[in-house]
Amino acid sequence: MSTTTEAPQVKETTKTVDFKTIIDIKDMDLYYGTYHALKKVNLTIPEKAVTAFIGPSGCGKSTLLRTLNRMNDMIPNTRIEGLVDIAGTDIYSNEVDVETLRKKVGMVFQQANPFPKSIYDNVAYGPRLHGIKNKAQLDEIVEQSLKQAALWNEVKDFLKRSAFSLSGGQQQRLCIARALAVNPEILLMDEATSALDPISTLKIEELTQELKNKYTIVMVTHNMHQAARISDQTVFFLNGEVVEFDQTDKLFSNPSDKRTEDYITGRFG
Amino acid sequence: MNNLFQDANRQQISGRRRNDLIWRILFLGATLFGIVALSALIITIVTDGIARLNPDLFTNYPSRRASASGMKSAIVGSLYMLCLMAPISFVLGVGAAIYLEEYAPKNRFTRLIQLNISTLAGVPSIVYGILGLAIFVRTFGLERSLLSGALTMTLLVLPIIIVASQEAIRAVPRARRDASFALGATKWQTVSRSVLPSAISAIMTGVILALSRAIGETAPLIIIGAATYVAFLPESLFDTFTVMPIQIYNWIARPQEAFQDLAASGIIVLMIMLVIMNVAAIMLRNKYQKNI
Repeated sequence: MSTTTEAPQVKETTKTVDFKTIIDIKDMDLYYGTYHALKKVNLTIPEKAVTAFIGPSGCGKSTLLRTLNRMNDMIPNTRIEGLVDIAGTDIYSNEVDVETLRKKVGMVFQQANPFPKSIYDNVAYGPRLHGIKNKAQLDEIVEQSLKQAALWNEVKDFLKRSAFSLSGGQQQRLCIARALAVNPEILLMDEATSALDPISTLKIEELTQELKNKYTIVMVTHNMHQAARISDQTVFFLNGEVVEFDQTDKLFSNPSDKRTEDYITGRFG
Repeated sequence: MNNLFQDANRQQISGRRRNDLIWRILFLGATLFGIVALSALIITIVTDGIARLNPDLFTNYPSRRASASGMKSAIVGSLYMLCLMAPISFVLGVGAAIYLEEYAPKNRFTRLIQLNISTLAGVPSIVYGILGLAIFVRTFGLERSLLSGALTMTLLVLPIIIVASQEAIRAVPRARRDASFALGATKWQTVSRSVLPSAISAIMTGVILALSRAIGETAPLIIIGAATYVAFLPESLFDTFTVMPIQIYNWIARPQEAFQDLAASGIIVLMIMLVIMNVAAIMLRNKYQKNI
């Protein structure tokens, strides 16, 4: 944001160029029964950056997000063709356990969905699933995760309280902390701020800027301004196709496809 | 201001109001009918039975002399039956509900099973008695034992427990399952750590209400041959037994007035037990709701 000195800006640009690809999707088709929901998707997603999926409702952006941690597996009659490669492994191949995949690729949902348990138990839920029982170790994970989600200072004295005693924005940050507690590489956010007030939204947007230093963030948003504000790369979807993806500033200032331009200038959608 | 209300058709409005009043009285009457009938029942039973509601009723075995009769064996029989039936029907009923809701593929076969369970929930209890007689008493050779009775009663309450548990499980929001799966949980981890804790209070309520229905059942146990006169406590699962409603039925069938009063005090005991179970169900539900 700050433009007072030249040096960091240059650094920023070099860093942008250096982004390593972590997710590589090649010729991917997805069908719900006979409905062709995603068509020949080709897309690369850079590591340790924020990638935003934008597009009108029903364009397939959430569907694509859910292929990245295989949440679509639970919908009957879903069929996927093509390659979804994360860090060099085809996640739909037999060598990948879906449990491990979801540990590495965390998810935050549109509606904050804490468990009806204490704040502590919500964050410890994931580590416990994966076999951590040691109290001291869990304490440490809970504290670290809540700190990373910028919630620790607000809740450190009430860890035993029900998660439902928190406000909507706090609940959503709790869900982020819960996702971080299993130490993922990638964090998927499915319209994670769309049910929140502007101040809570801002907090989470700021949080993503912190988190991208350590995690790869892929977010679906119906808010183009949000994508423009906080993402490094933006992907534009239309009718199940990836129309265009590029560095965010370039996609918004100089889109190469006419449909992208129409959408971001508000001609439809 | 006057002009605003001048054109009101007051006659038409008072007609509407009268109509409203009539409906209110009709609905009140419908409610009172049940309350009055229930009060009448309680009052007659209490006036008949209160005199015999003394410790002897709980400590004496049945006798051919009304003055020496008690329902110790029936009360103990009912409690034993409850203790046997509750864990078996809970495990089988909730297990089946979890399978049907969480694991079973949503195909025609599952729907067929579902339809059958719902139908079974409405089958008359005497039919279960015949089934129990054929399976447990004859085929398995369990004779007229406590175990036969408990298993027959389990069959009777299973469909009710399955349906109630399924509804409780279905009411757990999908988002709570998604949250668990998205953290890398397996199906069973999700069910045991996320779904069941949310559903357990509703399940327990359903189970207790189903069990309280079973406690009041007579017909199936008479069919499988529960004794009407038992002057000892069952010492093993294979002993003969009796339960409260059968004891009451036995007493009420006698011509002597003294036995009729005894039956009334038996009914009081049975009703108190049912009220306790229902209150337990309510308290359990409230307790778990508070924890959330």
